[in-house]
Amino acid sequence: MQNIIDAVGECVGRATDARFGPDGLNIVVATNRDASLACANEVALAYGGGATMSLPGVAVAVKDNIATLDMPTTCGSRILAGYTSPYEATAITRLRAHGAVVVAKTNMDEFAMGSSTETSVYGPTHNPVDPDRSPGGSSGGSAAAVAAGITTIALGSETGGSVRQPAAFCGVVGVKPSYGRVSRFGLVAFGSSLDQIGVCARTVREGAIATYAMSGRDPYDSTSADVPVPPTPPAVEAYRGQTLAGMTIGIPSEYFPESLDPDVRARCDVAIEVLRGLGAKIIDVSLPHTELAIPVYYVIAPAEASSNLARFDGVRYGPRAADTPDLRAMYDATRSRGFGPEVQRRIMIGTYVLSHGYYDAYYRKAQAVRALIARDFATVFASGVNALFTPTTPTPAFKLGAVTDPYEMYMSDIFTVTANLAGIPAISLPIGRVAGLPVGGQFMARHFDEPTMFHVAAALEAALGEEAHA
Amino acid sequence: MTDWSEKYEMVVGLEVHVQLKTRSKAFCGCSADFGAPPNVNTCPVCLALPGALPVLNAEAVRLAVRAAIALECTVNLTSVFARKNYFYPDLPKGYQISQYDQPLAVQGTLHARIPGEKETRPIAITRLHMEEDAGKSIHDRYAHMTAIDLNRAGVPLIEIVSEPDMRSAAEAGAYLRTLKQILEYADVSDVSMEEGSLRVDANVSARVRGAKEFGTKTEVKNVNSFSAVERSLQSEFERQCAMLERGETVRQETMLWDAAHGTVRPARSKEESHDYRYFPDPDLPPLILDADYVERLRRTLPELPQKRRERFSAHFKLTEPELDAVTAEPRLAEYFEGVARAHGDASQAAKWVMGELAAALNETGARITDFPVRAAQLAELLDMIRDGKLSHTAAKSVFATMRTSGKSAPVVAAEMSVTQVGDDTQLEQWINDVFAELPDEAARFRAGEKKLTGVLVGAVMKKSKGRADPRKVNALLGKYSS
Repeated sequence: MQNIIDAVGECVGRATDARFGPDGLNIVVATNRDASLACANEVALAYGGGATMSLPGVAVAVKDNIATLDMPTTCGSRILAGYTSPYEATAITRLRAHGAVVVAKTNMDEFAMGSSTETSVYGPTHNPVDPDRSPGGSSGGSAAAVAAGITTIALGSETGGSVRQPAAFCGVVGVKPSYGRVSRFGLVAFGSSLDQIGVCARTVREGAIATYAMSGRDPYDSTSADVPVPPTPPAVEAYRGQTLAGMTIGIPSEYFPESLDPDVRARCDVAIEVLRGLGAKIIDVSLPHTELAIPVYYVIAPAEASSNLARFDGVRYGPRAADTPDLRAMYDATRSRGFGPEVQRRIMIGTYVLSHGYYDAYYRKAQAVRALIARDFATVFASGVNALFTPTTPTPAFKLGAVTDPYEMYMSDIFTVTANLAGIPAISLPIGRVAGLPVGGQFMARHFDEPTMFHVAAALEAALGEEAHA
Repeated sequence: MTDWSEKYEMVVGLEVHVQLKTRSKAFCGCSADFGAPPNVNTCPVCLALPGALPVLNAEAVRLAVRAAIALECTVNLTSVFARKNYFYPDLPKGYQISQYDQPLAVQGTLHARIPGEKETRPIAITRLHMEEDAGKSIHDRYAHMTAIDLNRAGVPLIEIVSEPDMRSAAEAGAYLRTLKQILEYADVSDVSMEEGSLRVDANVSARVRGAKEFGTKTEVKNVNSFSAVERSLQSEFERQCAMLERGETVRQETMLWDAAHGTVRPARSKEESHDYRYFPDPDLPPLILDADYVERLRRTLPELPQKRRERFSAHFKLTEPELDAVTAEPRLAEYFEGVARAHGDASQAAKWVMGELAAALNETGARITDFPVRAAQLAELLDMIRDGKLSHTAAKSVFATMRTSGKSAPVVAAEMSVTQVGDDTQLEQWINDVFAELPDEAARFRAGEKKLTGVLVGAVMKKSKGRADPRKVNALLGKYSS
């Protein structure tokens, strides 16, 4: 029992280490030692009392947009400065019931809008692999927390790749569950029809355990699905020597464009050969509407965000601009000062595409194309493909400050947004390094077929072994 | 004031918001009760805290579907919740959850009963959809500040939109009164304009009689009673007619009813026209109803006013005004029916329900369901009158005592010693006593001066302290007159 308390204490110690704070890698934005230790104590008592827990005393870092009771939840934004949620996200409650202890809140792109963790009001997070580089985003703090060894598990959130892309950049595993698998209650909404809480972890199995610990129907989230939670996958060691015989893995040509970084392509090719070597049948497939994913995403996500972020109006919580002559001016000033430029840009885009006279041309059309993208996946999976393998990102981690054009930044999610649009599960895992920088490989599977996804990912992880980080 | 109705015709369509009587709010578990201290009935969901999500209240759906059936609507088995986006401090999420292009129900009919007319008038209902209420902004409580009360935020509403089928203020009034009555019978709402559980926005335009096209409409708001709706419509109609007469064009705008002055005035014009940017709410899956569920609600729908009226008319043989009165409210109608069935004489029951009972309810402000004299007890009182055990006058005082004591009519009558005396010996005794006391009148009466009957009956009644049966006294007196 003392082990649990000590282990959590060590994690709290790392979380509060200056190396990971604002003057260091800037991974952690909040901690609460007393609350974490009190929680560890409760877990130790329950566990000692014989409670069944899948994560007993496991310290968890949590992205700053997931509601926790004892630490602020500010979404990396000035507009939520000082805000602590009076209630807790369902995902957190469930993790805690499994023995996990929250030890830190992690840095993120403001309201999860960004792919580099540079739009945070707290300033950028540095990639532990190379501090000059971005950890990716928007869950850059969570991926970096695992990469830096602060915790073994960190929660992120996904709207278009915000867990998988930073996981790939930081050389850790990133899980995006099926839409509806994990309750969104307590996840501050960005694009409600795309958002899912995800996991950054050291291994596929740990990612799976944390994912399943949070899973299941939640009466507080009408979009959470009533599907059974699958059993925890076996330990990685069990995959050593296992084959993928009978498994068909599709390689979608659209995810290997001419422009793909040749080193990333080479790493993927190695992984594909390893999969073939494991006995999987590798086939070329096509997802023809892939190129429309980014434009569709940048209509739907901002549209939903423009409405979801309307509640940040300075009336009930968060800082209010008090020096204004009337209500309208109060709204304008509060929101202009509270939101950073990227958030404002997306609110503007979203407001525009929902406006009278533009709705059909943008939002309605985007939804129609989204259905086509989902159908592409359904067709491929119906043809007997069990999982798809692709690179997670077109390039390894870029340098902080290197990507200044918003469109170029948006393109870094080109291989990840499709899973969010289709609602299917996806995972990124390290498949090797290029000039010292991690490269991520991605598996996608049928809606709610996390077991297959974890199975192929764990098999590849085991087969790659040390090569995944070399 | 000029009478414009010769030349112009009023065209009215109504949008009515009705609060459903659920225990909890539309999308969270907070109490939907009216009258709690400010912001007590709130939670992360209805305060729109970051990360909170709505979950639809099944009871609100049940009541909304029931209302739709009562209004003869087609219930859509799939309907979609949409966000109506606008900023206002009492709208916590910055959007209202409503329904837009796929409402719960469409194409209904309301048969408006116009007082004094035998036939009802059909008014088409365009749509009925579900939505949530906003909170309240209180501007007059603190100087230079607005207070926000979010107790009402998220309370379930239905909005019922009519076609522009009404042609006079009286018709609009009839539509509203009938609507209120139907919703009361369907038991879906308290439908009280005073408490804000029924709110009316009226669209009104004027056109030259015979014209095919509608004129430009304005929307009249801030009306807090049915009669105020009628007066505001008339006032706005007259304003529009006068403008048209002067060759001016009516501007599409919102008018506010000023009850104190009995006039309408333009609402402060908005800086921008509202673009609500409706889109399907991604937090709520489409509302899918089972056809069997809708059928079950149709079968279990309480009896509606028109049905009840027809049944009462066939069964109880009442006059039209009596039918109007006893079917006005469902609980009153049930009470009446209880009295009429137990007592047998429906006409007498109706007279008491419309007379003594209505007066008593009016006087105390009590609701019929809380009234201490239950239907069976009133029937017992009426039985005593019929059987000659109580005079009408005595019955009224017995009734008054029953209201306070809750005791039965025979007990009260006995306690008050007001049971009517029909016994000939006792009556003869009182008559002879009166003759003795009034020898002059007695002599003239005996001589044939029949007009003195009333005086003598009155004297006997007085002597008996109201207990003598006046009909019998009258009959007995006849023997003495030549």
